[in-house]
Amino acid sequence: MIKLLTGNELLTGDVVWWNGSAWSLHLRDAVPVEPGDPILDHTIAAERVNDPVLIDAEPGTPPAPRTAREKIRGVGPSVRPDLARA
Amino acid sequence: MYQYDNYDQAIVDARVDEFRDQVQRRLANEITEDEFKPLRLMNGLYLQLHAYMLRVAIPYGTLSSKQLHMLAHIARRYDRDYAHFTTRQNLQYNWMKLHETPDLLADLASVEMHAIQTSGNCIRNISSDQFAGAAADEVADPRPYAELLRQWSSFHPEFSFLPRKFKIAVTASATDRAALQLHDIGLQLIEQGGELGFRVLVGGGMGRTPMIGHWIREWVPVRQYLSYCEAILRVYNRYGRRDNIYKARIKILVHELGAEEFTRQVEAEWTLLEPLGIDAPPAEYDRIVAQFADPAYDTAAPDTLDRSDPDFAVWVDQNVHAHKQPGYAIATISLKPKGGIPGDASSAQMHLIAELAERYSVSEIRVTHSQNLVLAHVRKADLHALWSALAEADLATPNLDLVTDIIACPGLDYCTLANARSIPVAQKIAARFADLDRQRDIGEMKIKVSGCINACGHHHAGHIGILGVDKKGEEAYQLSLGGSGAEDASLAKILGPGFSEAGVVDAVEKVIEKYREVRASPDERFLDTYRRLGDAPFKEAVYG
Amino acid sequence: MVEDQQAVAGAAPPPLDDAPATLRFRADAPDDGSLVPLADFLGDSNAAAVRLDPADDPRTLLPVLDRVRLIEVAFPKFRDGRGYSSARILREAGYTGELRAAGDVLLDQMVFLRRIGFDSFAPAKPLELALVDAALARFPYVYQTSSDGRPPVWALRHG
Repeated sequence: MIKLLTGNELLTGDVVWWNGSAWSLHLRDAVPVEPGDPILDHTIAAERVNDPVLIDAEPGTPPAPRTAREKIRGVGPSVRPDLARA
Repeated sequence: MYQYDNYDQAIVDARVDEFRDQVQRRLANEITEDEFKPLRLMNGLYLQLHAYMLRVAIPYGTLSSKQLHMLAHIARRYDRDYAHFTTRQNLQYNWMKLHETPDLLADLASVEMHAIQTSGNCIRNISSDQFAGAAADEVADPRPYAELLRQWSSFHPEFSFLPRKFKIAVTASATDRAALQLHDIGLQLIEQGGELGFRVLVGGGMGRTPMIGHWIREWVPVRQYLSYCEAILRVYNRYGRRDNIYKARIKILVHELGAEEFTRQVEAEWTLLEPLGIDAPPAEYDRIVAQFADPAYDTAAPDTLDRSDPDFAVWVDQNVHAHKQPGYAIATISLKPKGGIPGDASSAQMHLIAELAERYSVSEIRVTHSQNLVLAHVRKADLHALWSALAEADLATPNLDLVTDIIACPGLDYCTLANARSIPVAQKIAARFADLDRQRDIGEMKIKVSGCINACGHHHAGHIGILGVDKKGEEAYQLSLGGSGAEDASLAKILGPGFSEAGVVDAVEKVIEKYREVRASPDERFLDTYRRLGDAPFKEAVYG
Repeated sequence: MVEDQQAVAGAAPPPLDDAPATLRFRADAPDDGSLVPLADFLGDSNAAAVRLDPADDPRTLLPVLDRVRLIEVAFPKFRDGRGYSSARILREAGYTGELRAAGDVLLDQMVFLRRIGFDSFAPAKPLELALVDAALARFPYVYQTSSDGRPPVWALRHG
C-alpha cells in the first residue's frame, strides 16, 4: 500500500493528484508520497488546493485507490461513464 | 406565481455583487478557506467529490417556463448539460467552477432566481405541496405564506449562524404531500370560523436521529405566524446544542426539553416578540396572495377524456390527478425513466418541459420532493398531446408512486458525505421490476435510498428505505421497512443485518414477493400490510 | 469530514480587553471602566461594563440595565450565533448603551451585527474600514424588522 496526495483545485473544484512536482488532473500521474513529506503542509498553507489528504492505494499504472470513495473520485461518477476522466 | 418587484430584485442583485466580491477576495488569498467556506455555503456552493456543486433555490418548488429555460441554458453553458432535482424541491448542478459562479448567479438573478441560503446553518428553502393551487382538498393555496416566509428568512440577521440547518414546510390540506411532519417547522394552513391560521409542528427531521415532529400549537392566526416562527427560531438559536453536530438540530432540543417545556419557552418568547412589528401588514398579505390567483380557466373545457389509446390510459391512471376545476387535471412528469438516473434531466428535456408548460400549463412547473416534476393546470383535452410530446423525450414513464419511482440521493457517485452509491441501487431495483404489469400489481410502493446517515434520500420515510454504509472502505446497505412521509407519518425500522449491493436488491424483491403473498387483498398497500403484520414475515422471507 | 460542521461550543472566549473598540458607531465617549464578567457584575454595584459569554443569559441584566453603559458580547467562534440573540434581546429590552461584539468578528457578519444592535466592534483580526463601509452599504433594503429600525421592504411597499 502506498500513499497518494490528492485534493480539489480551488478554482475549478477538479480532483487533482500530486505528481512529485505539480498537480495533475490524472490519477495515473500520482506518485507515492511519504507521510511527513513537507508538500502536505505546504499545500494546506498555500490554500490553492482544498481538503488535501493522503489516501491509501495499491501501486500500479494507474495506482488503485483502496476505498470505493477514492476509486470513484479517481475516475468520475460510476453512473455517467461518458463523464469519466481519463 | 410571485413576481419580484424592484425591492426583491435589488436585494438579489446586491447578493450577487457581494458573492462576486467574496470570491475575488478568496482567490486573492485575502480570506482563508475556513472564513470563505460558510460564505460560499450560504450561496449554496459545496465542494463535492469531483467538483463544486451549486444548489439553486426553487422556492416552494414553483418555477416559471422562463426560469426553467434559464436553468437549462445554465446547464449547457456552465455545467455538463444536465441537472438534478432534489428532495427539497431545489435543483443541483454538479460541475461548477468557482470563478464562474458569480456570473451564473447573475444569470439566475436575471430571471428572479438565486442560491441564497440553500446551504449553511441558516433557514433553508421553504418547501410546499406540489399540487398547491390546483388540489381540491386544500383550504387555500399555501404558497403565498411560503413566499412571505422566504422573504422573512432571507438574510435574517439574528438567525444566520444557527446551530445547524433549518427546514420549514407549508401545506394546506389534511393529505400531506410535503412530508410536513419531518421538518424542523411544519405549518399546516387551516380554517376556523372563516379565518385562516396555522397548526404548528416543530422538531421533525431525518438524519442520524429521525423524529416525527410535535404539534405545539393548534392555532396561530395567519397574521402572526412570522412572529411565532421568530420565537421558535430564537429559542433554538439560544439553546440548540452546539457541542455535537449530530445533536444540533431543533428536534434534539425538543426531545431533550420535552415538547411541553419547549412550547412553554416558545410561548414566553412570543409574548415578548409579538408586539414588536415583526409580522407583515394585511396589505402585504393581500399583495402576495393576489399573485397566486387561479389562472384564467377555460370554463368550456370538456371534462371527458378519450382513453382509447391504451398506453395513454395507463399514463393517465398512474400519473394524472384530479384538479379542483372541471375540465382540468394535474399531470406528473416522471424523472425516473427506465435506465435513467432518478431526478436528473438533460438541458434538452428541461427546455422541452418549459415549452410544454408554456403551451399546456400556464407556463408553470412544479418540483416534487420525490424528484419528479408537475404541470398543475392542464386541460383534460390537452393531456393526450402533452403525453405524446413527453413520451418522445422519455418523460412519460407511467410509474408515479410505483416501485420504480424511487427517490435516490446523489450518493457516493457525487457526494463527499456519502458512504455508498445510491443511484446504481435504485437503477438495479428499477430494472428488476421493469415489467409494468408487475409494478401495477404491487401498487403504491415508495422506495427511498440514501447514501449516508444524513438521509438526503429520506430513507427513514420510505415504505422500503435503504441506507448506504461503509464497511471498511466497501459499500454495504441496510434495509428498513414501514416508513411514511405522508399524514400517517412513521419511521422505517431496520429489518436485520446489512447486504451487499446485489444482496439488497434481492432482499427488496423477497420483501415485495412476501407482501404479495400475505396481503389481505390486491388493494392493500405494502405499507398497510407491514403495519398489520409487523416485520416478522418479511424478516423470515429475507433472512430465512 | 463534514463541511463547515465543527462543534463551536466550548471554544475559549477571547481574553477580556479593556481597550476601546477599534470600530465604533457612537458619538458619546467610550466607557472607561473595566469589563466585568456577568456572574460578578450583578453583585458589583460600581461596575458599568459587563462581558457576556455565549452561554450567558442577557435577561439576567434586565433588572440592572439602568447602570450598564457597555455590554461586550463575546464571539469565540464566528459560527456560534448565540450572541446575535443576546444583542437583540438587550435592544428589545430598551438598552441604549454601547453594545460591542468582540472576538471572531469578520467582515461578512458586519451587516447582520449592525442590524441586531451592535454599535461597536473589537475584532480579533483587524478589519479594513473601507471594506466595512462597502459591506454596510451594499444591501439597499432589508426584508425583516430588527433592532436597527430600518424599515422592512413591506413597510416601504405599503407606506
